[in-house]
Amino acid sequence: MRLRTNGRLVRKNRPVHFSFNGKAMQGYAGDTLASALLANDQILVGRSFKYHRPRGIVAAGTEEPNALVELGRGDRQEPNVRVTQVDLYEGLVARSQNHWPSLEFDVGVINAKLSRFLPAGFYYKTFIQPRAFWKHVYEPIIRRSAGLGAAPETADDNTYEHFNVTVDVLVIGGGIAGLAAALAAGRAGARVLLLEQTSGWGGRAVVDRPMIEGQSAQDWVNVTLGELHAMPNVDMRVRCQGAGVYDHGYALAHERLTDHAPKQGGPRQRLWRIRAGQIVTATGAIERPLSFAYNDVPGVLLAASLRDYVVNYGVAVGQRTVIVTNNDDAYRTALALHAAGLDVPAVIDARPAAQGALPEQVRALGIRVLANSAIGAVEGGKRVTGVSICAQDGTGGQTEQIACDCVAMSGGWSPVVHLWSHCGGKLVWDEAQAMFRPDADRPPTGADGAGFVTAAGTANGHLFTAEAIADGFGAGRKAASTAGHVKKPGQAPMGDDAAEDPMAPVWIMPAQAPYDMRAKMWLDYQNDVKVSDVQLAAQEGFRSVEHTKRYTTLGMATDQGKLSNVNGLAVLSDALGEAIPQVGTTTFRPPYTPLPLAAIAGVARDELFQPVRRTPVQDWHEDHDADFEPVGQWRRPYAYPRGDESSHDAVTREVKNTREAVGLLDASTLGKIIVKGPDAGRFLDMIYTNMMSTLPVGSCRYGLMCSENGFLMDDGVVARMDDDTWLCHTTTGGADRIHAHMEDWLQTEWYDWQVYTANVTEQYAQFAVVGPKARDLLQDIGGMDLTQEALPFMRWTTGTLGGFDVRIFRISFSGELSFEIAVRAGQGAAFWDLLVKHGEPLGLMPYGTEALHVLRAEKGFIMIGDETDGTVIPQDLNLDWAISKKKDDFLGKRGQMRTHMQDPDRWKLVGLETLDGSVLPDGAYAVDTGENVNGQRNTQGRVTSTYYSPTLGKGIAMGLVRRGPERMGEVIAFTKTGGGTVDARICDPVFYDKEGKKQNV
Amino acid sequence: MSEPVSALRGRATSGSVQVSDMGLQGMISLRCDLSFGKLKALSKDLVGAPVPALREAQVRNDRAALWMSPDELLFLMPHTEVDDALSRIAKAMKDQHHLALDVSDARALLRVEGPFAREVIAKLAPVDLHPDVFGPGQVLRTRLGQIAAAFWMTDAQTFQVICFRSVAHYAFDLLEASAKAGPVGHFPRGT
Amino acid sequence: MLILHCPHCDRMVDETDLHPGGEAHLKRHGPEADAEAFENYLFMRENPKGVHFERWRHVYGCGKWFLAARNTATLEVYGTYPAQTHQPPQTIRDTITERQPGWAWGDFR
Repeated sequence: MRLRTNGRLVRKNRPVHFSFNGKAMQGYAGDTLASALLANDQILVGRSFKYHRPRGIVAAGTEEPNALVELGRGDRQEPNVRVTQVDLYEGLVARSQNHWPSLEFDVGVINAKLSRFLPAGFYYKTFIQPRAFWKHVYEPIIRRSAGLGAAPETADDNTYEHFNVTVDVLVIGGGIAGLAAALAAGRAGARVLLLEQTSGWGGRAVVDRPMIEGQSAQDWVNVTLGELHAMPNVDMRVRCQGAGVYDHGYALAHERLTDHAPKQGGPRQRLWRIRAGQIVTATGAIERPLSFAYNDVPGVLLAASLRDYVVNYGVAVGQRTVIVTNNDDAYRTALALHAAGLDVPAVIDARPAAQGALPEQVRALGIRVLANSAIGAVEGGKRVTGVSICAQDGTGGQTEQIACDCVAMSGGWSPVVHLWSHCGGKLVWDEAQAMFRPDADRPPTGADGAGFVTAAGTANGHLFTAEAIADGFGAGRKAASTAGHVKKPGQAPMGDDAAEDPMAPVWIMPAQAPYDMRAKMWLDYQNDVKVSDVQLAAQEGFRSVEHTKRYTTLGMATDQGKLSNVNGLAVLSDALGEAIPQVGTTTFRPPYTPLPLAAIAGVARDELFQPVRRTPVQDWHEDHDADFEPVGQWRRPYAYPRGDESSHDAVTREVKNTREAVGLLDASTLGKIIVKGPDAGRFLDMIYTNMMSTLPVGSCRYGLMCSENGFLMDDGVVARMDDDTWLCHTTTGGADRIHAHMEDWLQTEWYDWQVYTANVTEQYAQFAVVGPKARDLLQDIGGMDLTQEALPFMRWTTGTLGGFDVRIFRISFSGELSFEIAVRAGQGAAFWDLLVKHGEPLGLMPYGTEALHVLRAEKGFIMIGDETDGTVIPQDLNLDWAISKKKDDFLGKRGQMRTHMQDPDRWKLVGLETLDGSVLPDGAYAVDTGENVNGQRNTQGRVTSTYYSPTLGKGIAMGLVRRGPERMGEVIAFTKTGGGTVDARICDPVFYDKEGKKQNV
Repeated sequence: MSEPVSALRGRATSGSVQVSDMGLQGMISLRCDLSFGKLKALSKDLVGAPVPALREAQVRNDRAALWMSPDELLFLMPHTEVDDALSRIAKAMKDQHHLALDVSDARALLRVEGPFAREVIAKLAPVDLHPDVFGPGQVLRTRLGQIAAAFWMTDAQTFQVICFRSVAHYAFDLLEASAKAGPVGHFPRGT
Repeated sequence: MLILHCPHCDRMVDETDLHPGGEAHLKRHGPEADAEAFENYLFMRENPKGVHFERWRHVYGCGKWFLAARNTATLEVYGTYPAQTHQPPQTIRDTITERQPGWAWGDFR
């Protein structure tokens, strides 16, 4: 409900309209969705995961485990959003999750009735037998009950971006410790980035209002912000969460730019990729719940969070609030409620006595304080109606009943150590404050071996203003000086607090609670893990906290146990009879709260998802409706279907036309590497299996490259340009890889050899003009003598063709008369047009990669990636002719000498023709007799390339078969897709023009 | 013979930070021993600037000499002068082991200009672009999104970016999207 | 994400601009090698928890390879140096000794 008192942050003159589950509601500018829901008395906001129990808002910040909603609609829909992190805006639409058919009446609540049959590890225990039930019975049931919000069905309409930044000091957290840290580091002259995850500065201090430097906390914050804003070396960001700390000072932050103002332009969110010299984590602390029976009923919430709602938003949960605590801080909530004109029937204090200044102040207002007391049970279903009181040191015998509509609890504070811990910062157990806090002696270490994170303020275990602000200032100064900025930043601000008596650790309430009570004490609200579940896990032998977590699912919900972890492991350590620090914590992993995938992707979506490489004639291919296939990041034309023609028919036409008339292929993607220098020949002799140093200037030679293992890694035609320059063609995928391979060997092994390489792949457009009429076409264009005499097979030349400076290679990957013509990339499109114009009267048709494959397969030419898979040596492919016997050494030579590589039983390349003329399935295995050790049918070969040959009118294939070349004519069976086998005869892999006459005319 | 075209064929955007294709640009990659004596005179001759030192960009109007690696320079000059420049290099480097290549067509050159140009680049490149650290006179080779790129500044709010020709449209789209998304407000404007 | 000093560019470089290349200071064995030497060269690798020597290439920058002396457990970097050497420079070995007395890696101490 909305109070008459004004909230710090809300502007009551600016109403904001929104809806929850279709119901129209109203809040004010400055509200969060959480405060606005509470203002509208929407206490029930969700259902728990396992038992579908009613859930209300428990917290006011990122630790909220219950109030997850689905926000927005259509292209703006987002599931699992914490209402405490949503700034209210006009027109906001929210829906609750994990219930059916409605929030008020949820059928799944039946699980709660069955809860005694759903203990910890229930899934593991129940769904294991019978085995056969898993796939069709158990898994579908579990899948249906899994998950909270629904995934959006339409694409996200927002934009996102990244920002890379390097800073001296990254300060995470904009409370007083963080502000003081930024102030010290900023004054010292360091480049500072200060992040605050909420929309405002000052953290708890501006709610609890201690004095700083003789002024109110809010005044000090305002003055400090003014000073920081004036520093050009300091950047300050609100709604920007330090999400993760990683190796060597890398950090991620998530800035929500327009979530609160969806009509504003620009990116919705920005992911900051930060490289920081030093990081100060001033991330505050999270209040812990107390474990008493039915502590999960809506209306039970954290005491300091309730204070936030009252002070910041002028909102309360109920008229009558019972406060239950083990420390003095919660009394501030009593004071705040009283000041707002609300009833506090009692403060239930678990400590034997409550005599500090704050309790006395509360008593003085006439509020009852019950020491050594506990809540025995909360009454009410979807809303608190009262509490029963008992003695904390007893077994739960009721002493009193108090009617109330809200319970505010405080079990002490846990520093937010997540970011300290992400990259390996260690923790110590602070007995007096019952908390894990950072161990300053064991920080995460960076590239120099020294610590690069400093925890500060309450995140460092300093719960009081004076210590927290001094600690923050000191951390900022230290971080700046470690980063090299030693200018003196002045004195630390002085803080002043009310004195507090020590808290007392209370892990269950009452201390001797019997099983029935413990089975109703919730630790993890979202995942429904109770005290009894953790105790059962301990009983069943789970000693490690990591195992218990996974067995019980404690802390595994979307809130990652921010409220439940310490309470859970205290219960576990008690059950195990071990001290809390011995049991330890689970691992804190980034991000602090879930990051939207869209923010991680940033601008890399749709067209920018990944780079698409374009050849100089890509526009032409697109204009001519080519079917494309991805080859690396290129999109190469697969075929150019005409009219209603199918892709398959287009390939058939393109193959035939190339064999009978003339075809045109865009081969620009093939790698082109220049290798030059006095030692270039010697170098290439090491890189290739064959001899390249003896290649005459003007000639071309097909070469193979192997890894040191001896396996074939790439192939291509090498042309010698001049005395000390070679041009090496690689496969499309090989251009960058082979260039890197060459540089690796040159730089790290043969660094005294004088060789330079350059990858000039993209300098040239390269087109293959292929077919019996290829020469006619080029002569028609005119400018060069391209007769067999002037330019024989496997030679290259330069000249001017149709006015274009060209380099022409007489090489063939199709078995046809073929010219590969390179022109400058900037002239590629114009030259292609010229070829098309002059070629069309001769019947020229462009052909795509599939026709290229068919043409080469008909000729028995291998393709890297088809005939090779990283385990194939050239000898397997009968390429012994391309392996020099004269050379003492080349990369892969020793590898090929290994016994297994010499084994006569190796699978070797052969041609395969099916007896029925059908096309063999790609990758099919040749079956053999018998079974292997795994009970699988033995195999004796496999298909590596398989096509319908338009030239021969039947299926042709190549494959690797055990001792294949020795078994010509033998018929073996290959597996078929969907079962059965098909017979194929082993044959010569050269299916067409065995003598190679056609290419050499 | 037809005139060559740049990969982006003059694409340009409007807006506070503008992205534009700089069109045909002569580029020569020279790999050699950068301490070779005659290199000084050669660099002076080709672009009117000294040999760039480590990570330096020596920019002179429409010419530049850029440090690419410990044994590689990139010379920029008008597109029409490349052939002549190559023969002058061949002459100067005669008997000296080197590799000089025309790479004009292999690359695209883009301009990013405007008050928050620095932030547009910082959205895409994992490097420190603070004005105290990077400014005119320097060159950086790094990533732009998912591609390799090099860039340098010609004044306080102008970047020139080179990338491979095949990904020129990706680079342009990336820069355009980042410019359209507006400033971050981290670096002082116009620096 | 690591940040390493590229000795060729003399600047700190993010891991995303680098390409890892496995163990440093391997000695190549060619056709004359016996089976054991070749196996060692091809397959046997150090896998230390602690001091390690690795190859990195500044692939998105100068394109040059360099070597890094690094602690695989703490990620502390003792130094980087150009790849044109058969052993780590003495200054880097001294740094490692200072930080990890008694370290050993392959034949290096």
